[in-house]
Amino acid sequence: MSIKARATGALLAAILSTTAFHGAFAADDTIKVGILHSLSGTMAISETTLKDAMLMLIDEQNKKGGLLGKKLEAVVVDPASDWPLFAEKARELVSVNKVSAVFGCWTSVSRKSVLPVFEELNSILFYPVQYEGEESQRNVFYTGAAPNQQAIPAVDYLAENEGVERWVLAGTDYVYPRTTNKILEAYLISKGVKPEDIMINYTPFGHSDWQTIVSDIKKFGSAGKKTAVVSTINGDANVPFYKELGNQGVKAEDIPVVAFSVGEEELAGLDTTPLVGHLAAWNYFQSVDNPSNAEFIKTWKAFTKNEKRVTNDPMEAHYIGFNMWLKAVEKAGTTDTDAVLDAMIGVSVPNLSGGLSTMMPNHHITKPVLIGEIQADGQFETVWETPGLVVGDEWSDFLPDSKDLIADWRAPMSCGNFNVATGKCGGKGS
Amino acid sequence: MPTRLIHRFLQCLLIAFCVVVTVLATDLRAADDLRTMVNALGGGSFQENQKQVEALAKTGDPKIVPALEALSEGDLYQRKSDGMVFIVKPAGSNFKLVDALTGDAAGEEAKAALEKVKVNNGLRRVIRAALGGLTLMSPDAGVRLQAAQTILRTPSADSLEGLDAALAGETDSAVKAVLEKARAASVLVSDRPVEEKKAAIATVVQTGGRDSLSLLSGALSSADESLRPDIETGIQQIEDQLALWAAGQNIWYGLSLGSVLLLAAIGLAITFGVMGIINMAHGEMVMLGAYTTFVVQEIIRNSYPDAFAWSLAIALPLAFLVTGAVGLVMERGIIRFLYGRPLETLLATWGVSLILQQAVRSIFGPTNQEVGNPSWMSGAFELGGLTVTWNRLWIIVFSLAVFAFLLFLLKKTPMGLQMRAVTQNRRMASSMGIRTPWVDALTFALGSGIAGIAGVALSQIDNVSPNLGQGYIIDSFMVVVFGGVGNLWGTLVGAFTLGILNKFLEPYAGAVLGKILVLVLIILFIQKRPRGLFALKGRAVEA
Repeated sequence: MSIKARATGALLAAILSTTAFHGAFAADDTIKVGILHSLSGTMAISETTLKDAMLMLIDEQNKKGGLLGKKLEAVVVDPASDWPLFAEKARELVSVNKVSAVFGCWTSVSRKSVLPVFEELNSILFYPVQYEGEESQRNVFYTGAAPNQQAIPAVDYLAENEGVERWVLAGTDYVYPRTTNKILEAYLISKGVKPEDIMINYTPFGHSDWQTIVSDIKKFGSAGKKTAVVSTINGDANVPFYKELGNQGVKAEDIPVVAFSVGEEELAGLDTTPLVGHLAAWNYFQSVDNPSNAEFIKTWKAFTKNEKRVTNDPMEAHYIGFNMWLKAVEKAGTTDTDAVLDAMIGVSVPNLSGGLSTMMPNHHITKPVLIGEIQADGQFETVWETPGLVVGDEWSDFLPDSKDLIADWRAPMSCGNFNVATGKCGGKGS
Repeated sequence: MPTRLIHRFLQCLLIAFCVVVTVLATDLRAADDLRTMVNALGGGSFQENQKQVEALAKTGDPKIVPALEALSEGDLYQRKSDGMVFIVKPAGSNFKLVDALTGDAAGEEAKAALEKVKVNNGLRRVIRAALGGLTLMSPDAGVRLQAAQTILRTPSADSLEGLDAALAGETDSAVKAVLEKARAASVLVSDRPVEEKKAAIATVVQTGGRDSLSLLSGALSSADESLRPDIETGIQQIEDQLALWAAGQNIWYGLSLGSVLLLAAIGLAITFGVMGIINMAHGEMVMLGAYTTFVVQEIIRNSYPDAFAWSLAIALPLAFLVTGAVGLVMERGIIRFLYGRPLETLLATWGVSLILQQAVRSIFGPTNQEVGNPSWMSGAFELGGLTVTWNRLWIIVFSLAVFAFLLFLLKKTPMGLQMRAVTQNRRMASSMGIRTPWVDALTFALGSGIAGIAGVALSQIDNVSPNLGQGYIIDSFMVVVFGGVGNLWGTLVGAFTLGILNKFLEPYAGAVLGKILVLVLIILFIQKRPRGLFALKGRAVEA
């Protein structure tokens, strides 16, 4: 074929493709980002904030000139706290709206519901919430805390600084508290805590009558050993729980409660004066004092036009995830899924607690762990933090069937559940 | 000679001056020591500050009490420029400084120029113990009682001396009782002779209660062999007592849960029970009542902060009016077209409930709103071995009052008579000249208004969020169906029965299984008695 013919062929192909994809042409001016958070139903209480945070981040990035010379465009859908609807909406985002990446989900069950969709359509999900671990998927980046980045340091803090010897593990009855408590129980027993010094208690979603449980906690705490409550109680049930604690006079100096699901947002609906001193473990608090966080809070308050709006840990996780994605896309020079997946590993961006977070090969990130005490103004004051960053451990070392598993998505391993004992890819969760 | 005289005089003056200075200096040095010690709190780590507070407590000087109290409240700040530590009060964007030892005003300072002296639980505990020792001799009996209770919670051999001194001078019998117990507790952890410890154990056992159990179990692990049998029988004795109280406590919790169920269900007892409308939007009426409370409190907070204690009293009639009006509109606009078609009513009211939820979410936002408890609804008191929280007590009283009001309205007023007439035999009532459509509308508005009042009460114990109503709708229907449709007394008995049953199952089965068991029991019960506890009898039932 002559050069001329080849050129004509190329030209013809170009014309053909232009006509064929004319419909999609307008969309090529922008890069689309999907936001998959419930705006109605029970989870709207937590997830709406994350939708707003994402819109703010995208807005800010566009002010800075967008990405790869194109503007970013947010596509917001409402899965309405309905788990199967999450999968449908995810499919709509990826195949109809052609988004380059999706930021979304809160509950573990919603994440599990969208996993097959992202795998099948080969797209990317950023998941911003602390979760129970025991998972690593090729198409998902976990920017929230794994149990070793939240639960275990919190328990260590209580044991070392408060001298706690008796433990109440209280949680809402679903997968995150149950798995976290299983890990914690195994961890505590490995540390020499006797099984009779551990009390485990589950309550239904939205439980509002805490009288019996709080008095049980008081009873359990009167055995002459320092007692603490480790709470994995889900958002909504926390307000009546803390109100009952306050009314029954359970003081943080006597029986401290450390919570993994209570942040600034949950405390906003509550008078915190009787709760001063109760604890929470997160990777970020609004009260963290550094310039980038001050800037973030200022932008957030301006964006929501509300001086009282607070920031919280999952928002920071989206901040980290979004910036990592920007950096990876720039590195890859394209929004193509496979290229971005490769470029993501090793990307480092500043977090808001004053450090650099890095995406590890197991698709989890490095974070500092902060322990904060509740203050009378509804904020937390950091009383302890890990000296360095902690790497998210996806497969817990304290559960017998996952301690041999590791995840590494770099070639040549490219496996989310590699069993180091058998040397084969594929174990639990495959 | 005058010069000599003057010389002598000057000499005397000098000596006198020297004496005064030395006396002053020792005093000043003590104050100086305290000040350096207080200033050292700034910038210290938690562990260092714990030691510092203990050292301050050892001086026994009551002057440090305000500084320690401020530290425990998080009001102690260090000035960055000179390292001085002050107690601060917020004044606009600045802080007003107060001298930590003398309590004198010390000017104002920008927030950025000060650094907070951080406090954590461990430090607060040490401060509490220190304050307990320092305030044991206070002239105020209330402060002494608190001090004695503090020592009781953190007994140590060091406080024995202070306790003995305090006991000798104590006249108030309540304080004396706590002091004696605190002394016994401190003896248990000291290295006093066995005889004295035995007496202490007897004192602790005699007073009973959960804290005694805690003291004894704590002592058991480190006790001398000869003391063990004493402690063990003591523990047994207290546990037997507590088991009895535990049953009482369960009944109280059950009554309290029952009163919440009664409040949630009582409006439904009218709309569903009396009128027969399957009203799925009932929970949202409760939610609207709670939001009315929130709005009222918000206005009071911003404009009339002194009236906060009255916020609930103001919110009650408003909530009734707001939800009553919504109910009226709902009946006139939707439900009246659907009488006699239960399935359509169910779907329509469910749709209304979704609309109301999303409307509230759009207006107020999806997050929880803060509804404060007035001071008379916070805290708890001890009644023998029972812990009774004020908010629960008031809710029981309130639910019974609402019930009495409703019963009076239905049985003793012309409006109630018309309502009952219309629901029992519509055509006959209509022929007697009763305007049945309006009676329907008003009855539905009444039921909705009562739900709104319930919302005011429930805002005190639960989240105020758009989802508030969903948590109560199932329970409400359960209570009304269980109690017997169309009978208010049935709702009362049903609510308290379910409450108590739930609370007796919960300690054995856990909250999740307890709830399931209650549901299973209700299903079995309905199989046996389809019309609930108190079934309406007679011809009216079939009409």
